[in-house]
Amino acid sequence: MSVRTSSSDLPIRFLDVDIVAGDVTILDRLSINISPGAPTVLIGPNGSGKTTFLRAAMGLIAPSGGRITWGGREVSVPTRRAILLQRPVMLRRSAAGNIRYALAAAGVPRADHEQRVTKLLSLVGLQGLEGRPARRLSGGEQQRLSLARALARDPAVLFLDEPTASLDPAATKMIEDIVRAVSAGGVKIVMATHDLGEAKRLAGDVVLLHRGRMVETGPVDLFFAAPTTREAKRFIAGELLI
Amino acid sequence: MPDNVSAFHLLLTGDPTLFAIVRLSLLVSLSAGLIAALIGVPLGALIALTAFRGRELTIVVLNALMGLPPVVVGLTVYLMLSRSGPLGSWGLLFTPEAMVVAQALLVTPIIAALTRQTIEDLWVEYRDELAAMNVGPWRRVRTLIWDARFSLVTALLAGFGRAAAEVGAIIIVGGNIEGFTRTMTTAIALETSKGNLALAIGLGTVLMIVVVLVSGLAWAARRAGERFAG
Repeated sequence: MSVRTSSSDLPIRFLDVDIVAGDVTILDRLSINISPGAPTVLIGPNGSGKTTFLRAAMGLIAPSGGRITWGGREVSVPTRRAILLQRPVMLRRSAAGNIRYALAAAGVPRADHEQRVTKLLSLVGLQGLEGRPARRLSGGEQQRLSLARALARDPAVLFLDEPTASLDPAATKMIEDIVRAVSAGGVKIVMATHDLGEAKRLAGDVVLLHRGRMVETGPVDLFFAAPTTREAKRFIAGELLI
Repeated sequence: MPDNVSAFHLLLTGDPTLFAIVRLSLLVSLSAGLIAALIGVPLGALIALTAFRGRELTIVVLNALMGLPPVVVGLTVYLMLSRSGPLGSWGLLFTPEAMVVAQALLVTPIIAALTRQTIEDLWVEYRDELAAMNVGPWRRVRTLIWDARFSLVTALLAGFGRAAAEVGAIIIVGGNIEGFTRTMTTAIALETSKGNLALAIGLGTVLMIVVVLVSGLAWAARRAGERFAG
């Protein structure tokens, strides 16, 4: 896999962003700056706005208020961004067919497909399962295939929405190893997780969201060693943020 | 010779009258099914994927049209094609072409309604993923039709089955003319009324075989889909 080491999509800036659905405010005057570098990990309880943030940063949702800019631009075709959804859907094709589809959607020339498919399946440890119907793979294998499909876009920024939720420790480790390898290759990772251990293992920076607002952010060591806000202290201590 | 024995004698000896009727029946129903598929699949996909005013009403009407009475369709086509009708100058009444038109009208709503439901269900499932892959509108439509292909084959076979089994529409617009517009279903109705049960049973047997084959093909398509595409 070739990865891009720089991206004109970065930094991604949220400036006083509101996202409202009906009567519910999901993101509330949120301002965040996502810069190149080590993974940025979003943590927070259910309903804190992590998924909505990722979708908005990907460009799938328009803000109700405020501005989002990608590399200083307000309009950006997401050709250099990819997202792994919380519940990825396998297309009704083989494992290789799913990746071929993503390659075609990303405009990769057909002549390059087989080589890229082989590399991507190998990267996520699914070599030998090319012809298996994707829906017949295990949960962990489907998650890795989804990751390969996202990487087929050769992204400079990769959004991951709880990629290890409901996976066992072995499957979680495989996903985390892939994420580390991809990050080391120069892809900016922006990931949401419930798992504080995972945040400690993968994050360069941590962002704590609560009720659509950013409560605290900082380098991972500092965030966990010396949280400054009451909510961050409670969340790290394992208390319920409601 | 008992009627059922005579019927199988006709089948096994390849009775030309019987097989001419079978050939015309399959030709008419397959043609109607093909025309209905060419109209019904894109129409169903369009309704599934397009937001427009009156969409809900359109879906209700389309679903209702699945139960169109064949005699009503036959009567409508008859009125259109009869000499005093708006399309009377085409001279199609009492021809196989008129039968194809009638059956296509009968089957198109079935294929369109089943396609609409299939594509819409798949779209709900795929929407976020295709958006995440930045897939454009035309590729979306192609993807949904392709990925739903095994379910759509079932819809097409259901349409063909309906066409092959109906009698009310084609007897009105075809006239049941021997050697020209006589099909299995119209011949069964006629021969039964005449007391010629051997031919009626023979044709009924072939018709049942066709219906069972269609059902078997639908089942095989579904199984193939599960096995090869997941």
